[in-house]
Amino acid sequence: MNVLHYVNAFFSNDAYWQGYDGIPTRVSEHLGYTLEALALAALIGLPVGLVTGHYGRGGNALSLIATAARALPTFGLLVLMTMLIGFGMLPVMIPLVVLAVPPILVTTYEAMRSVDPSPVDAARGMGMNEAGILLRVELPVALPMILGGLRSAAIQIVSTATIAAYVSLGGLGRYIVDGLYQRDYEKVVGGATLVAALALATLALFWALGRLTVSAGVRRSN
Amino acid sequence: MNRFFDIPSDLQHSWAGLIGLHLREALLPVLGGLVLALPLAQLCVRLRWLYPPVLWVTTVLYAIPSLAFFVVLIDYTGQTEVTVMIPLTVYTLVVLVPAIVDGVRSVPPETLAAATAMGFGPVRRYAQVQLPIAVPAIIAGLRVATVSSISLVSVGTLIGNQGALGNLLHDATIYNRPELAWNAVLTMAVLAILADALLVGVRVLLTPWMPSGTAGRGQGRGRKEAAAR
Repeated sequence: MNVLHYVNAFFSNDAYWQGYDGIPTRVSEHLGYTLEALALAALIGLPVGLVTGHYGRGGNALSLIATAARALPTFGLLVLMTMLIGFGMLPVMIPLVVLAVPPILVTTYEAMRSVDPSPVDAARGMGMNEAGILLRVELPVALPMILGGLRSAAIQIVSTATIAAYVSLGGLGRYIVDGLYQRDYEKVVGGATLVAALALATLALFWALGRLTVSAGVRRSN
Repeated sequence: MNRFFDIPSDLQHSWAGLIGLHLREALLPVLGGLVLALPLAQLCVRLRWLYPPVLWVTTVLYAIPSLAFFVVLIDYTGQTEVTVMIPLTVYTLVVLVPAIVDGVRSVPPETLAAATAMGFGPVRRYAQVQLPIAVPAIIAGLRVATVSSISLVSVGTLIGNQGALGNLLHDATIYNRPELAWNAVLTMAVLAILADALLVGVRVLLTPWMPSGTAGRGQGRGRKEAAAR
């Protein structure tokens, strides 16, 4: 009875392909949690990282905030929030966003800081305003690293969103948590395989995103 | 809050005992990960084609949810600490391998040439030139790995009280005592911050030639220099 056997048994079981506990439903729930958490984290991390990176100020404060956020245990935060707020989406979103903000924030800041200063000076000398420099000079150059930060945040969320099932929400964690309590290894392994596949799909998606959005010149110099 | 440190007897440990257990379960995997990552990273530096597939494999392993990893391992290692520590060791690789590879690659070629010209063999050059220069990047990786390891141990509570301080979370729910959950979260956060600060201190000690204000930038800088070449 090895892991591959369980994977095969899980995916060839028709019962897992339909209904409210079917793979399509659970995958779309999981994607929903992931996208929501990633969007919230990007909404916080990207603007703060871009602006602080542009002005080169607050790097120490930023790394303190990131360290503090990283130090908060995700699973502990989930249990605590559920006890304080009750069941629902909010106690799941809080730990996921806390998990995803540090990599986005720190990488965006570092990416902006590592932009070659000479094109920035040239843009300023040509009379470009600060917003233009940020969005049209620094951002395109920093984009590969920024996408890298978003990618690692996305993968962490995909893998960690499984904890939503512990507080009776859906997603792929349902298979893992239910399988644990039902002593159904096939289910656990199947759920884990789906999460790993989703993480691979995330990698592929970010690779494609990089191809589409990073300008050819920047890609070549990297 | 007055029963904050009143640990239920079913955990069979005092608060300090749980902290000791937690540190052992979190830090041994980081040490194990470092021991695995150093030769693996060196191999990736030597054989460039090996680096992308190694990154892919570590990322996929990292994406396996910890709970599923624990459950599968119970078959082999039982409901023990080892079952928690093996996945944590594997997870550290996704951070440590790129950190070490970037760090070692960021050593300027002139420095390597100078070392060779002084008669350094490959082993001595690695141990006395490449590794020390890579220290900031390696420590940056160790900081991320240590902090996330301290946080992840708590999931072990789900496989039969193997989560050290995380076991408080389970007890908090079954006895409906939120102060135990507060205790677990705050204690883990403080442990993570202390471990992080300790590693920054180690970096300052190991790299006396660097200004101490650039803590935590090692990784980014290494990557930038690696990209520039």
